[in-house]
Amino acid sequence: MPVQRTDALAVRSASDVVAVRQLVRTRAQEAGFNLVDQTRIVTAASELARNTLDYGGGGRATIELLTEPGRTGLRMLFEDEGPGIPDIELALRDGYTTGHGLGLGLGGARRLMNDLRIESRPGKGTRVDAVRWR
Amino acid sequence: MERIPILKMGRFLLVTIQVDMHDRLALALQDDLTARITETGARGVLIDISALEMVDSFIGRMIANIAAMARILDAQTVVTGMQPAVAITLVELGLDLPGVRTALTVERGMLLLRAVLHAAGELDQPSAADEGLDAGPAD
Repeated sequence: MPVQRTDALAVRSASDVVAVRQLVRTRAQEAGFNLVDQTRIVTAASELARNTLDYGGGGRATIELLTEPGRTGLRMLFEDEGPGIPDIELALRDGYTTGHGLGLGLGGARRLMNDLRIESRPGKGTRVDAVRWR
Repeated sequence: MERIPILKMGRFLLVTIQVDMHDRLALALQDDLTARITETGARGVLIDISALEMVDSFIGRMIANIAAMARILDAQTVVTGMQPAVAITLVELGLDLPGVRTALTVERGMLLLRAVLHAAGELDQPSAADEGLDAGPAD
């Protein structure tokens, strides 16, 4: 998939999570997503960035504007070098959390995006790759 | 630290969230509101979120917590002005804000709070105090 534009942001603090949301909002607008889709993407970005911060111990976000013949998309990569997710299916289940949240972050983000993939190696880190097409 | 202002209007507390809140700010609001309910003996809390372009699970949980804590402190909470795109996303995310009353506008939110207190026999009629007006000493 040709990448039209890439931005990378550190996710090290609560204000970085806000910065990720704002950048994703701008890129989603530029990609021509309607307001509901923009809101879905920004909300998913917020959930995933918070996971990177709270569970991954911080990391980075990469936001890509994608173009394919006939369609435009937005891809968000969240990577950390944290403890990893031992059981991804369990982590995607609503209500499951190892922290203090509601356990809606990963499963909710998957519902808000068209495609969400998680790669994780215990002790090495986690990489979440989420795409929404227009 | 940055704080979200809480206004007192008669027996109600009014909060308008106008900034993209980071998580600590949301937690601070939760603590501040609970403290203000106790200090003022407020019977209602109105939170206007019409400026919020997104409510994720963290902010949603904060809103639900505020409503639950307020209820325990004998105050009712109404959330006003949620944008349609935010409502759609919130439900898809899996949050339905149980126990939180909502209204489309601040005006309707105030009416709802008054109606709830009235039904509970707390307010006989809308009084000047509930409008936030200084009616002077009662006769």
